[in-house]
Parts: sequence; structure tokens; C-alpha cells
Amino acid sequence: MNSENNNGIPGQEEQKPGTELTGQPAETTEVNTSKFVFSNESLKKQMRPSEFFAEKIITGVAFLSIAVIILIFLFVFRETLPIFSGKAAKKTELSTAKQETYGEAAAESSSGKQEVYGATDDTVVTTESQAGDSLPSYSGNESVTADQVTLKSLAGKTWMPVSENPRYGLLPLIIGTLKITLISILFAAPLAILAALFSAAFAPRWMREIIKPAIELLAGFPSVVIGFFALMVMATFFQHLFGYETRLNAFVGGVAMALAAIPIIFTVTEDVMTAVPSTYKEASLALGASKWQTAFFVTLPAAAPGIFAAVLLGIGRIFGETMIVLMATGNAAMMSLNPFESVRTLSATIGAEMAEVVFGDTHYNVLFLIGTLLFVFTFALNAIAEFYVKGKLMTRLQGKTS
Amino acid sequence: MKEIKIKTKDLTLYYGSKMALNSISVEIPQNQVTALIGPSGCGKSTFLRTLNRMNDLIPNVRITGEVLVDNFNIYDKNVDSVNLRKKVGMVFQKSNPFAKSIFENVAYGPRINGVNDKKKLTEIVETSLQRAAIWDEVKDRMHDSALGLSGGQQQRLCIARTMAVDPEIILMDEPASALDPISTSKIEELIFNLKENYTIIIVTHNMQQAARVSDHTAFFYMGELVEFGKTKKIFTVPVKKQTEDYITGRFG
Repeated sequence: MNSENNNGIPGQEEQKPGTELTGQPAETTEVNTSKFVFSNESLKKQMRPSEFFAEKIITGVAFLSIAVIILIFLFVFRETLPIFSGKAAKKTELSTAKQETYGEAAAESSSGKQEVYGATDDTVVTTESQAGDSLPSYSGNESVTADQVTLKSLAGKTWMPVSENPRYGLLPLIIGTLKITLISILFAAPLAILAALFSAAFAPRWMREIIKPAIELLAGFPSVVIGFFALMVMATFFQHLFGYETRLNAFVGGVAMALAAIPIIFTVTEDVMTAVPSTYKEASLALGASKWQTAFFVTLPAAAPGIFAAVLLGIGRIFGETMIVLMATGNAAMMSLNPFESVRTLSATIGAEMAEVVFGDTHYNVLFLIGTLLFVFTFALNAIAEFYVKGKLMTRLQGKTS
Repeated sequence: MKEIKIKTKDLTLYYGSKMALNSISVEIPQNQVTALIGPSGCGKSTFLRTLNRMNDLIPNVRITGEVLVDNFNIYDKNVDSVNLRKKVGMVFQKSNPFAKSIFENVAYGPRINGVNDKKKLTEIVETSLQRAAIWDEVKDRMHDSALGLSGGQQQRLCIARTMAVDPEIILMDEPASALDPISTSKIEELIFNLKENYTIIIVTHNMQQAARVSDHTAFFYMGELVEFGKTKKIFTVPVKKQTEDYITGRFG
């Protein structure tokens, strides 16, 4: 043995006797510890109480948080149910009955003029434009049950929940929301994506270390502050710039919302882009592509599903954002596609009216219906982002045939 | 002796304050395969990357000395590294096809060089794939994702992609280190056939591979070029003791 090892490195020779020396006590300790026997006794299942309880508590907390979210949704959803079931009919019948007696009393005491008076009191703007609209629904009030009126008016073009003859047309609100979302995503998405592309592909490291946290800080900006800024500064500035009539409008609100959405889109996009394997970039550069070509033809397409998800997240944020729109859009529920007119969004409606509504009233229920709508919208957006992007990324990065 | 393609003069490279290459002077002949061997961290990959200026991408790298390709210093102030890399292609250790179709992968290089004619592109893609000896395996699924190929196929696709931009020199950084023996032998055969048209420099940890495919071998150790010469000579009668120790497997 030793003679064979001799043509190796001399260091090995020195080690040999050493290992032999330590070899002996090692054997004796082995004898000592070799008492261990594989048996039912030594390998008995052991209870570890602290670990057991820790595990259970963590499980409990996890399920609790999920349950809370579901319960919130169930609550919101439950409050909307009366609109569709007969329950609300009684309530609203009661309330409308009161109103009717009120109206009747008024009608009895005086003439039909009073009715018109009452209507104009409630809605100064709409009487002219919606006069034709209000007439049929008014006459229907006597023959058709109240909840049917509500249901019918849900698809209507007028949102007038507190008039004598309440109408809950969600259309202007939905249009307002879509308008704001469109305007603000048109501003936010290109800006955020290009900024992310710059930060991920072109900026020197020191600059990147400034830009990224700076934009991410904006995500933590209280939306009230953004709204305030939009209300006081941006609205005036844009009015000077474009010379439109209404100072607070969808455009101002949309741009302000873009400020809120940019950080989200930027952060996610930037992360996705830096996550694009550097081997892609190296391969491209080694083929003689310039930095710009690499960023545009390799990094950007590889990150595309992630960028799509980022934009969806941004849309979700804009959809649910309340404070900025409440402050900066003028809050008039109008059916108009003009970006320079005031709008009222779904979320702002809840924000503005929930505090003044009668508990259990149809109005109250409709507000909850809006809440459910918002929830379903954002839920659908996130679901698309999650599943579409996951599937897409799978096919991209794991090589399923596209 | 063939013509000299690449010549380095006192090439020294620092990562920050750490010296990674210490005045390397070497002459690499044209249309031959030159193998760079040496233990991990000895600077052979760094040396390879200086030849197409990929090290420019790493911050804090400082380079002195000269790299002459066809007697032209590629570290001259006016050299555009983008145009340089079109002539000095590179194949990486880990096969890195883009997440695109096989066709698009090979067509990418010509495309960024302004070839947009569909017919011409198809032609370039076809000849590149044929040269890389992968055409028969992929011709029926040109528009499938390249990521669906096996590791060896991916690596040959990357070689085809490199050839599609028509380089003169191809640098290979351990191109077969992650592949099974069959794929490896295919790559080696490919390298052997490619040297007719290209000057090839290959980094490898596999001594047998160096012996099999290369005409010249450079042994690097601790950022220094220990020995350079004909592969046959290096593997049979090395001049330096260190080279002999490394080749026979005593250290490294």
C-alpha cells in the first residue's frame, strides 16, 4: 500500500500515519455509540408540541386572512342582494309609499306644479336634459313595483339617487370610470414602461440606484396628496394650456391617476426586465447587436408577458382609486365621451355618497352593488394577469411550442 | 505555420484593483483551433472575452496592452465594439437561445444587420444550420420554440446563430461543458469542420477535448500565460513543469 502511494505527492505520506493514529480512537468511540439500534423503540414517532402548535397557528392565520377577504366580499355582495330579490321591494315600497303620500299630500294641497317644483329643487342641471327621461319612469312608479324600477334604471343613463324620483343608472358612472382609466393608462403605461426600459437597460448603475427607489417612493405617496396637487396645481395649469371650460374634468383626473399608477407599472416592469436572463443580452451583444437593439428586440419581448401584467395591475389600481378622482374630476355623472368634461367614477360615487345614505335603502344597496362591480372588475383583471401571464411565461421560458 | 490572425501584446486586465490577466502576449494562427486550458479562475475566460470586448460590459474593468486582429488594434479609441463583435462571434458555456422560434433565433443576427429580404434570410438561416450540422434535426420544426430543443441541439443552434452574422473568428467558452458525451462529440466534430472557414478559440476544462480538437494550446495559470504551442507538443513534451503537472492531473 505505502509503496504504491510513494509516487504521489510527499504530503500524502505525512498524512498517512496521522490518520492511522486518529483512526484508533475513532474506532473505540464507534463502539461506544454503536449502541444505537434500529428498533421500534429508537425510531418511535415523537411529538414535538412547540412545532405542532406553531404550525397550526400559522395555518390558522393564513386561513383567517383568506376568510376575512372572502367575508368582506360576502358582506358587500349580501348588501346588494335586496335589489334583485323581493326584499328590497317592501323596504323601498315603504319608503316610496312615504314619498308618494308626501307627493300626494303635496299634490292634494296644491296643484301639479308643485311636483315639477320638487323635481327642479333636487336637480338643477338635469331637469332640462332628462325631462323626457323622467316622465315615463315617474308614471311607472304607480303601476310597477319599486324594485323593478330600480333594476330597470340600473342600465339607465341617469344617476340621480336622491331625487324625489330616484334613478340609479350606472351607465354614466361606468363610462366615467372607463374614460378615466383609458386616459390615465394611456399616460402611465408608455411613461412607466420606457422609464423601466431605461433603468433596466441603459442607465449606469449609480443612476439606476437613484431612479428606482425614487419612483418607488411615489408609490407610497398618499393619494390625497396627489389629489390635492391635481386639484390645486394641475387643473389650473391644464386649463391654461388647453383652454377648456370645466376646470375639473376627466383629463385632469386621468393624468393625476397616472401619477399613482406609474410607480406600480414601473416597478413591476423593471423587475421583469432585470429578471430577463443576462445570457440573452450577452448572446445578442455577442452577435453584434447594439445596446438599443438588444433592449428593444431581446429584453422587451422576453419581458412582454410581465409588462402586460404590470399594465393590468396599473389598471386595477386606477379602477379602485377613490381619493384622486373624488378630488380632481368634478364628480358630475355625465354621459359624455369628451375628455374635458367632468366625470364621476364608480369608486368616487361610493366614497361621496355612502356616508349620507339611508341604511337599508335602495340607494344603499345600489352603492354596494357598485362595490361588488368594482371587486369583480379588479378580481377579473388580477386573474387575467395571473393566469395569462403564468401560462405565457411558461411557454416562453420552458419551450412549449408557441 | 499558418498566418497569424490574433496577436496580443502585453495584455493586462484588472477587475477593480485585482489583476486578472498579467501581460499576455500570444499569437493565434488563422483557420486553426486554439484551446485555452487552465484551472478555474486562471483568466482563460477573461482572456477570451477580451478578444471581442465583452469585458466592456463589466464595470471597473481596466485593460492595457494591445489586441491585434489582422494587425489592427481592436482596443483603439475609434473602434466600435458593436461592429467588432459582428466579426468576432461568441458561443457561451450555457446554451442561450432566445425565447423565439428556431428560425427567428438564427435570423436575429442578420436581421439586426439590416437583412430584411425574406428569401435571403431563409437562405442564410438554412446554410448556417447546415454548417452547424443541425439542419436535418430541425428543418421540420423551424417555427417551434428553440427552447424545446435538447441541450446539445441548443448549443449547435447557438453556433449556427453565431455563424449567421458571418464572423471570422468564433470564440467558444466551454461550449460542451454542460452536455452529454454524444452531444459533446457532435460539437467537437463540428468544431473540427468549422476551422476551414473560421479561426476558433475554445476554452475548455476537458483536457481530452483540448487534445482532440485543437491544433494549438495555451495553458493559463493565475492570470499568466504559462505555455503556448502546438497541442501535440504541449500534451507530450511540455516545456514547463507546471504544464506537465496540470495535464497529468496533479493539480488544478
